[in-house]
Amino acid sequence: MKRAVNYRPDRATGAFLALLPFAFALVAYFLASEARLAANPADRLMPSFGAFADAIEQFAFTENRRTGEYLLWSDTAISLRRIAIGLGVSVLLCIVVGVPAGFLPVLSRLLGPFVAALSLIPPLAVLPILFIVFGLGELAKVALIVFGVAPFLIRDVALAVQQIPRELIVKAQTLGASTWQMMTLVVFPQVLPRLFDSLRLSLGATWLFLIAAEAIASEGGLGYRIFLVRRFLAMDVILPYVAWITLLAFLMDWGLARLSRRLARWRAIEKGEA
Amino acid sequence: MTEIVVRNLTKRYGDALILENVSVDLPDHEFCVVLGPSGAGKTTFLRILLSQERPTSGEVLIDGAPLDPEPQPDRGVVFQRYSVFPHMTALQNVMFGPQLRAAPVTGRLWGARRRALRERAAALLGDVGLGHALDKYPAQLSGGMQQRLAIAQTLIMEPKVLLLDEPFGALDPSTRKAMHRLIVDLWARNRMTVVMVTHDIEEAFILGTRILMVDKRRRDPHAPQAWGSGIVEDIRLDPAKKPPMPEEEREEDMAAIFARHRARAGAALVAGAEAPPAPRRAAG
Ligand SMILES: Nc1ncnc2c1ncn2[C@@H]1O[C@H](COP(=O)(O)OP(=O)(O)OP(=O)(O)O)[C@@H](O)[C@H]1O
Ligand SMILES: [Mg+2]
Repeated sequence: MKRAVNYRPDRATGAFLALLPFAFALVAYFLASEARLAANPADRLMPSFGAFADAIEQFAFTENRRTGEYLLWSDTAISLRRIAIGLGVSVLLCIVVGVPAGFLPVLSRLLGPFVAALSLIPPLAVLPILFIVFGLGELAKVALIVFGVAPFLIRDVALAVQQIPRELIVKAQTLGASTWQMMTLVVFPQVLPRLFDSLRLSLGATWLFLIAAEAIASEGGLGYRIFLVRRFLAMDVILPYVAWITLLAFLMDWGLARLSRRLARWRAIEKGEA
Repeated sequence: MTEIVVRNLTKRYGDALILENVSVDLPDHEFCVVLGPSGAGKTTFLRILLSQERPTSGEVLIDGAPLDPEPQPDRGVVFQRYSVFPHMTALQNVMFGPQLRAAPVTGRLWGARRRALRERAAALLGDVGLGHALDKYPAQLSGGMQQRLAIAQTLIMEPKVLLLDEPFGALDPSTRKAMHRLIVDLWARNRMTVVMVTHDIEEAFILGTRILMVDKRRRDPHAPQAWGSGIVEDIRLDPAKKPPMPEEEREEDMAAIFARHRARAGAALVAGAEAPPAPRRAAG
């Protein structure tokens, strides 16, 4: 009998195992929903799969009578745009602040404690301030994402910069590198995989802040829709929206992992993934 | 001409006195090997020559001028580890230095100048036996190959001084021999002064023209940090009496060395053919 740690499933078994919990959840939901609907056909808490299909049909493939839009797609576009801008600004800040702050001792003293303090402020606590300062428009929502994600990214990347072996920095100087050249050609490429990793880890927080901002003040977006239909206990809409958000988040995570492997092939080779 | 003069060099870390009053003159084209027990301060000495550390007191002059306070291309270095950039291929690693000088902002040459540099770098990699691995990342190279890459990357800058800190420490005996031939050959061809730290006394006598033994001159068992290391022995080897580097000798691979030792030990063969099944490995 092999020890459990030494038992490695082959590809097919692995795929089967991965799908098992999903299948189990679906079946469990189906059975519970059937039972509830049998007891009370007007039950709204656990709609049948047929009700989901109707809701999806209505939100994704039917033109909205009032606005002439397909709601799911317009909500998705609005939310993704906010995320793209929020994460884009965060990554930019991380590169122009985090890399120098990790690399240059003076900047590290200047910015380290300040960024650490920033990252400890609960972003949702400052949401009212953001709404007051930036108004109820797009800016406040993007600002919340930036406020919630950028300090973490900056700190994480600055730490990664400091973990680069000192020898490599000395070596670069013996090859004649200036500070700018070391930062752009030695330090940045080496922390790029770490930036991708921490960006992936921030995706959960990003969606959390997006939905929080959309729930409070918005005219569209996936989070806005969920909180809007909540008033009608429309579980048949909420659950597909949640599943859709999860899928989007999963795809973003997967895409970032792929992009990271492409842009930093050396790292993938080091880890034996390429 | 590259002459290194060290005068009354002392280095402390806090209360700990590491190097105490070290003075030495290294004439042009010396191959100086620094020996000494672990913790004696050999790496510290090398770091000071590199300007990675500053001396507490005393001075180092290169060709009469005080050492630049920052690491500069006049002094190349190969560390025991972390000497090459993991995110660059072998060729990119070697092309890195010259591009920094030529393109201050982008660090990247284009067109004909890039092609010329590429050819030079590829030729140098060929010299150190990496002609077949131009596009490999360091993670794809063995330890010996990485060290040879580090040497090529350093030599393309044509440094006046080459500093080596146990560069062959982690290599197997046959690879080590190949590296010895390589480094002596490169040292003879490039007019540079070498300072190399090693633990291997045999290696020191094979390679060096000058050997410095670094150790504590006095010891106080109650205050081990009170005394620093100095040069307890400074010898110049007579080049005439040096055994010639076995230039023409065939690469002695690990299997051959193994067989030689086996014969000497009068070992009894338990299993295996006449030629023992030692791992056969290209040098590097
Ligand atoms: N940055 C530092 N801060 C404090 N002490 C240090 C520092 N660097 C080295 N030392 C101390 O200096 C002494 C000499 O270290 P060094 O690395 O020069 O030894 P070494 O001769 O190279 O040894 P080894 O052969 O093991 O590499 C050691 O006792 C070490 O603890
Ligand atoms: Mg050492």
